[in-house]
Amino acid sequence: MRGAVYKIFKYTLFDLLRSRWLGSYAILVGLMTAGLLYLGDDPTQAAVSVLNLVILVVPLVSLVLGLMYHYANRDFALLVLTQPVPRGSVYWGQLLGLGLSLTGAYLSGVAVPFAAYGALGMGEVDWPTVGMLLFVGAMVTLVFSSLALFVGVSNDERVRALGIAIAVWFVLTFVYDSLLLAFIILAQAYPIDRWVIGISMLNPVDLARVLVLLHLDTAALMGYTGALFRKFLGTGLGTATAVLALVLWTVVPAVLAGRVFARKDF
Amino acid sequence: MVRVEELTKRYGALEALKGVTAEFPAGKVTAVVGPNASGKSTLMKSILGLVVPDGGRVYVLGEPALKNPRVRAKIGYMPQDPRFPENVTVREVIRWIEELRGRPKQDLDELLAYFGLGPHLEQPTRVLSGGTRQKLSAVLAFLFDPEVLILDEPTAGLDPLASSRFKDRVAAERDRGKTVILTSHVMSELEELADRLVFLLEGEVVFAGDLEELRAKTGEERLERAVASLMEAS
Repeated sequence: MRGAVYKIFKYTLFDLLRSRWLGSYAILVGLMTAGLLYLGDDPTQAAVSVLNLVILVVPLVSLVLGLMYHYANRDFALLVLTQPVPRGSVYWGQLLGLGLSLTGAYLSGVAVPFAAYGALGMGEVDWPTVGMLLFVGAMVTLVFSSLALFVGVSNDERVRALGIAIAVWFVLTFVYDSLLLAFIILAQAYPIDRWVIGISMLNPVDLARVLVLLHLDTAALMGYTGALFRKFLGTGLGTATAVLALVLWTVVPAVLAGRVFARKDF
Repeated sequence: MVRVEELTKRYGALEALKGVTAEFPAGKVTAVVGPNASGKSTLMKSILGLVVPDGGRVYVLGEPALKNPRVRAKIGYMPQDPRFPENVTVREVIRWIEELRGRPKQDLDELLAYFGLGPHLEQPTRVLSGGTRQKLSAVLAFLFDPEVLILDEPTAGLDPLASSRFKDRVAAERDRGKTVILTSHVMSELEELADRLVFLLEGEVVFAGDLEELRAKTGEERLERAVASLMEAS
């Protein structure tokens, strides 16, 4: 099975690396990063601004492009499924190919402008911070690629799947924080700090933000949940907990989607 | 030979297959016929492993086929509307399928020439017409010399020359002892190719037998009228 997973992964990667939209995504991320970096005068500030990009744009792009790929290649997946290849290999090969190609596009889009900035001697790049930004963006990409395939394999209707994906993005990016804030205000008389940490773990976008801000240790930008992570878990344990939660956010939807795929009628 | 026994499949409230038992012998072309939503596609996809039946058994050359991907090495399949990754050339698609199935057992160059696909080898599949995609699908179906061919509306989109060549090839494979399962809405095509017919209606087999039996049963000489007669009687 492992050989077949590798082959399907290779085909998916090969197809995606030649696609125009993946290249366009890398260029778009590169232009936005370069704009934030070269138009400002502080690379660390630029890194924080890129974080907002990671939180807003990367989940949406990963969901939409992931779904587009899933539906565009459904018929080819059908052809592959009629070959002597286990279903699991087809699914995991496609997921790896999709997740890693999107991750590669994001990484190159962010890393190249920072590398050029440093190489041209325009200022000193805080590489540990940029490294954390790259890591967090890669994790967010993998989480939302995984969610995209889960939504895709669970819905035969493309428009419906796209609607669900956009709703997921909207809730996790905008609505969730508002609800959390409302909860904090309403329950402020009670010892809710540990609850707030737990609730934050349920949102990969929050986790990504907290991870970078824990690293930056910028209290003003930390927000309530970030401050709680630091207070209760300490920076090292807080980071490890947030990373573990992001890994679970990648693995759980991927495994669930794999189970749906195994029983799916094509 | 392919055999399905007591095959059942339900999609929500719709019972697509109601205990279908049928046999598709080697050395014969068996047409699977029926109106829309009669269960044809579900039956074919169950044999291919694309649909997971709720119950029943599928045997391909005597080997249980459900949840057994190795069996598919013995099957060549042509879907109704084949699609391939857009950014990949025809040659690359063929190479990929070769990687998944192993060494081809028929001469690729001969097949490419036979279906007139040679000039398209270096083209990305996104620029191919429907007919050319169908030719690529035919090449992939025949290339590994499978014992079983499952052909779903295989001539849709093919030009008359390619269609005629395709039918000759199917007849030749049948004469070599292959099991051919075919669906088509073009009755003249079935009349030309099929030796047997399985007629499905609302998920049940209404008729299974040779075309001669069907003609004798319905009193109709032409297949189209014979099938219409079956539908009316049901």
